[in-house]
Amino acid sequence: MSIEFKHRQAAHCETGVISNLLSHYDLDISEPMAFGLASGLTFAYLKMVKINGLPLMAYRMPPRMIIKLLSRRIHGLEIRFHKYKSEEEGMAALDDKLAQDTIVGLQTSVFFLPYFPREMRFHFNAHNLLVYGKEGDDYKISDPIFSHLVQTDRESLSQARFSRGALAPKGMMYYPARIPEAIDYEKLIPKAIRFTGKMNGRWNPIPFAGIKGMKMIARRIEKLKSDDPRYARLFLGHIVRMQEEIGTGGAGFRFMYAAFLQEASEKLNSAELADYAQEMNQTGDEWREFALLCARMSKQRGDQEFHDIAEQLRRVAEKEYELYNQMSGFKIR
Amino acid sequence: MKKKDIPQQPHSLYEGETKAIYALNEEGKLEMAQTSGWEVETDVLQQAIEEINRLAEEALVRVQKGESSPLEYHMYAQRMDLPMLAQAVGRFKWQVKKHLKPKHFNKLNEQQLNLYARVLGIDSETLKEIPDEH
Repeated sequence: MSIEFKHRQAAHCETGVISNLLSHYDLDISEPMAFGLASGLTFAYLKMVKINGLPLMAYRMPPRMIIKLLSRRIHGLEIRFHKYKSEEEGMAALDDKLAQDTIVGLQTSVFFLPYFPREMRFHFNAHNLLVYGKEGDDYKISDPIFSHLVQTDRESLSQARFSRGALAPKGMMYYPARIPEAIDYEKLIPKAIRFTGKMNGRWNPIPFAGIKGMKMIARRIEKLKSDDPRYARLFLGHIVRMQEEIGTGGAGFRFMYAAFLQEASEKLNSAELADYAQEMNQTGDEWREFALLCARMSKQRGDQEFHDIAEQLRRVAEKEYELYNQMSGFKIR
Repeated sequence: MKKKDIPQQPHSLYEGETKAIYALNEEGKLEMAQTSGWEVETDVLQQAIEEINRLAEEALVRVQKGESSPLEYHMYAQRMDLPMLAQAVGRFKWQVKKHLKPKHFNKLNEQQLNLYARVLGIDSETLKEIPDEH
């Protein structure tokens, strides 16, 4: 029991899953396009939410939001989500769907997935993957962040789907119930771009999100010099991990968003969007520079100070601020 | 970033896997490319892993001295901490903290032990064991 399935590697799990899933059902949409249309790009600093004692920083919208917003925005697209009370029920529902040759998305915990490199397995409960078949007790999986197809045994998959704690998946399974033939890009792209601009730039009212959130972290970084040196090192390392390692396509999703802007400029034949793409790509480079400084300081190499790192972040923030404000007034001319 | 500038610095932590990244090709267009790793990332990942190992090793010493229950060691060894573990088993932090002491840990019934073992991804026999080294 297995379906012909075309696996494409992606930078991020949620956008990768939805792009591969819709493309399989003949609605071809690239990963950056899915990310952009769902206005996935943002920034947030949630100091109350702690991961191993360090505050949460997000470079994108919360888990599940991308798929949910996408299905709300694209006319005629309906994704059905199911949660389950027990493991038996959840696994039986999965088997049912596979028996009908349906490809399904699952929310899982990375920690219990045996095909992940051992040291990369952390307790992150909102990892998305696609199941496209079953062979005996092994499930065939298209995990978008891998370059190749993978598989896992029933027991591990069941544990991964029913792991507990923050963002517990509760067996979450989803699949498209209705798929449109085409997407109205002329309508959706400008709307999604304005939304991202407003959410992060001048119009953003939330003090810990968007540009304001970046400046908040810049202030926090400056204060690190009076913290315990070990905490300071871990804090900086944590920023870099959130930005680069956790499947972002580089520079905390900025490169992916730039790729979206470029694709959008081609679809709408807009030189203005091509300029945005260039600018966003450049902010990506600045973010990489920021990550480099954080990592050096964290490893106690080089001669940068906390102040220099904070200044670099402010530079990125200023640059993005301009861009977001332009984006928030974007119209097709 | 240009495709030719993408760092390709593999690290054993990745076990040979690559990651996708978006970068500019020769015509100045962004497209997906692969990276085998970036030193900046692997350095901080290594650092995070070392921190967890340090916590596990320190906990193990306390467990061996009888000051802490094996739960404390296994919690860190399985990459959790007190707030995460408490949330995973649906209890308050102070309740779980109590179980990090041998006196209270030894009174846990089978069901409670199983729950702890489950969220940590080990079996309940392993949960009671005190390893010689981390």
